[in-house]
Amino acid sequence: MELRKSYFADVRKDDLHEIGQPRPRSDSPGHVTGRTAYFADRNFPGMLHLKMVRSPHHHARIRSIDTSEAEKHPGVIKVLTAKDVPHNVYTILILIQVGPEDETVLADGKVRWKGEAVVAVLAETERAAQEAAAKVKVDYEVLPAVFDMEEALKPGAPIVNEYHGQNYYLYDSGACRKVRFGDVEAGFAQADHVLEQSYQSSPIEHAPTETTGCVVAPEGNDRFTCHTNTQAMFFTLDNTSIILQMPGSKLHFVGGTVGGGFGGKVDVIVEPIAILGAKLTGRPVCFIYSREEEMQISSPRAAEKVVIKDGVMKDGRIVARKVTGYTDAGAYSRHSPYGAQKGAGHYPGPYTVPNVWIDTYCVYTNRTPSSAMRGFGVTIGDFALEVQMDKLARLIGMDPLEFRFINAYRDGDMKAHRQPTEGAALIECMQEAARVANWPVAEKYMAMSSYKNGA
Amino acid sequence: MAKVPVQFTLNGSEKAEFIDSGTTLLNALRDKIGDTSPKGGCHQGTCGACSVIIDGELRLSCLMLAETCNGATITTTSGLAVGGVLHPLQRAFLDTFATQCGFCTPGMIMAAKVLLDHTPNPSREDVVEALSGNICRCTGYEPIIRAVLAAARANPQNAA
Ligand code: FES
Ligand code: FES
Repeated sequence: MELRKSYFADVRKDDLHEIGQPRPRSDSPGHVTGRTAYFADRNFPGMLHLKMVRSPHHHARIRSIDTSEAEKHPGVIKVLTAKDVPHNVYTILILIQVGPEDETVLADGKVRWKGEAVVAVLAETERAAQEAAAKVKVDYEVLPAVFDMEEALKPGAPIVNEYHGQNYYLYDSGACRKVRFGDVEAGFAQADHVLEQSYQSSPIEHAPTETTGCVVAPEGNDRFTCHTNTQAMFFTLDNTSIILQMPGSKLHFVGGTVGGGFGGKVDVIVEPIAILGAKLTGRPVCFIYSREEEMQISSPRAAEKVVIKDGVMKDGRIVARKVTGYTDAGAYSRHSPYGAQKGAGHYPGPYTVPNVWIDTYCVYTNRTPSSAMRGFGVTIGDFALEVQMDKLARLIGMDPLEFRFINAYRDGDMKAHRQPTEGAALIECMQEAARVANWPVAEKYMAMSSYKNGA
Repeated sequence: MAKVPVQFTLNGSEKAEFIDSGTTLLNALRDKIGDTSPKGGCHQGTCGACSVIIDGELRLSCLMLAETCNGATITTTSGLAVGGVLHPLQRAFLDTFATQCGFCTPGMIMAAKVLLDHTPNPSREDVVEALSGNICRCTGYEPIIRAVLAAARANPQNAA
């Protein structure tokens, strides 16, 4: 409590009159009266509905696509395949130079996950689009698929994504992001106990109440207004501009109201193809995921595997920590190379460990591409780290909170990434938590401070 | 597709439309009548975002055919505020921070209104039960439960 005052002495007053006080949200009056306009509340005369034909296979070569029956279906206006997309192979993070482009807007020659978009059907009604989509004939040659990250990394595993050439993302640092600090093997040799555990998580779907989608209206002057629930407006605008090879000035994106996102609406998936449909037909187009698509097609949080090996002394000090993290990107990169890199930046957690060794891999498998979700890259890592901390405390017979006091990073400690710790306040936070939770810890820990010479 | 006539009372005013046979009430309200306050979160009866009140009963408009609603009296959340004055439930949702993205809110308010219409002084369990068909992914439900209880308390008839 005292610490925060010294850190922020010049910037904060303690006569807080906002925190702890209810404040009306500016958007709530619209929500409670049903007036808030979500993208799907826009309706334009003559609007077409877009439905996707999706891959029923995890991994397959496309021998041929026959859209003739679908095109004849009553109400169908246009059927789109890969050749209709000006720049069909893209990757979202190319905007910040994280390539290569590795994902198709509409599958071209191959599908790499079950549910991948292959053909887009635009029709007068949702029903006509759905019925016509069922009439598209795609001839597939099924290929062996790989679903497990460690299998995918083995030599001889089926190659998921040829744009990468191997089943991991190649960083400038090599097959993984790496952190090396001290001598981790010497640390293990010196430790009283060594504990290695692995932790795994499944993909998690955000399941927003409003499904992903957009409504596009041509403005009549070769400019297009796209009402979207994207969480990443400018990423979407710029990527759409690349995919459609259209200057950004032709694209007018309207967003800001999202019916739940949680990170699940940052990928650029629905807008480019809907705008292309509007451009090629001259009609407004709506493309809204069904609930099934939201659950099965939209990117989930990545499955992760985290292997932690720790060396610990009987007195509670962690002397070595080795972490290998695997992020399952699924078939395409989306935001996962960044997620895996965040993991490397996050381990070994908020603890001062003299010997650290970190490798994090972004792995490709034939699973649904994963992407952002609330703290992706670190949330699962924190779960693994903190469960490991509890196990270590039990191993040496120490109270789990006292064990964390001993290892907590404090101001001035050198972090594994070679940044000195500043403004940690972890000790004070744990002291407050101990008080609030009524979890007794020894007096010496309650007297500690994040300022090392203060304790 | 054959067009069929539908006619009902929506929030006090009479509506008549020709719609494609088989159109859900949700789509008829949103696309034909222009009342977008009921939301489509699943179109399969699992999320409650499309909830409306038909002749005093809570209904999922995504599971009703519009043509079966001829002659009905329908209430939606957009019709609750009278003369710009919020309904006590709307007021309570605002005051207790019971909305985040707001997508579930119109459906929640419908479910809560039917509860309070039938049970003006509900227990917490009554509220939980009444909202059990409505999914909210943002708020964690507690603020919504508090809002409904606050709206019930605000009812002068409950001042004991
Ligand atoms: S849209 Fe009707 S219950 Fe979900
Ligand atoms: S406020 Fe977002 S779903 Fe309830």
